[in-house]
Amino acid sequence: MYKIRGFMYLIQILLALFALFALLKTKQKFSLGDIGRRDLLVWVLLWVAVIVVAIAPNSAAVFAKMTGVGRGADLVVYLALALLFYLFFRMTVRIEKMKREITVLTREISLKEKNSESK
Amino acid sequence: MTIWIVIPAYNEEKQIGRVIAGLFEHGWHNVVVVDDNSSDNTIVVARKSGALVVHHVLNRGQGAALRTGDELALAMGADVIVHFDGDEQFDPGDVKGAVDYLQEKGLGAVLGSKMLDNRSQIPWLKKLLIIPISRVINLMLTAAWLSDAHNGFRVLTRATAEKIIITQDGMAHNSEIIGKIKKNGIKFAEFPVKVVYNEYGQGVGGGVKILRDWILSVFIR
Repeated sequence: MYKIRGFMYLIQILLALFALFALLKTKQKFSLGDIGRRDLLVWVLLWVAVIVVAIAPNSAAVFAKMTGVGRGADLVVYLALALLFYLFFRMTVRIEKMKREITVLTREISLKEKNSESK
Repeated sequence: MTIWIVIPAYNEEKQIGRVIAGLFEHGWHNVVVVDDNSSDNTIVVARKSGALVVHHVLNRGQGAALRTGDELALAMGADVIVHFDGDEQFDPGDVKGAVDYLQEKGLGAVLGSKMLDNRSQIPWLKKLLIIPISRVINLMLTAAWLSDAHNGFRVLTRATAEKIIITQDGMAHNSEIIGKIKKNGIKFAEFPVKVVYNEYGQGVGGGVKILRDWILSVFIR
């Protein structure tokens, strides 16, 4: 395993860099108005947490002990899984809602066409 | 009194002409066919047969097509709307009885049932297993104990059609309609209709999809 200057593993640096990149992207998306203030806050907190855990893995261990999970890495995996499930669920609901909106649109077009035909 | 028949149709070019002709023969001339973006000639056949045809530019499912038909029928001034299938499974001779029943009893909705007489040739697996299971599921979803939980034959008054706005695009619209009838306290009753089986209908997969759609709808505002 590659330890850089004897205090960090390569994976830690890559993770931190990726999280930094994601933070930058999140900021860009917020500036463009693609995401709201609440999403900005959630994503910034998430990526900052990733940076903290990547640079100081023991910080996760502290929380793990507090919550009774045991190992820090386990806690991270559990939380990541829960988050993924939640995001997947939210996405499914959003897609379903979008499908309904497409239906409303389709209906409007159909009825408008019919209306202009009969005029 | 103006009665409109609403037929959702998806790839029914072989049957739709006969279905419309059958209705015309029985004196029902106000027929709306909602072509749900069929890839075949449904739209041409339906127009030639004399129906008022409205076309979905995208395929949105039977529930969506029914609602489009309801809205058009309401705009045409319908006092009563009859939901009828485009695949020749129903008998146009049943429409009159059902409409009369609605009016005599002062109901808001009449739901067709193939279980109330023995004119329908129901496959045994469907009769002994699928229908009883869907009755129980329907009871859990809609709080209505029906003899036939999945039947596309319905008669609705104008007031009912205005109140019950179908949001389920797929096949879950059936439970949705029954649920909303119950929720709105609309008086309803079942009425015997004949069903001819052309194909096997929805399998277990279809049932699972209905449940999934129903559960998801709880989370959509």
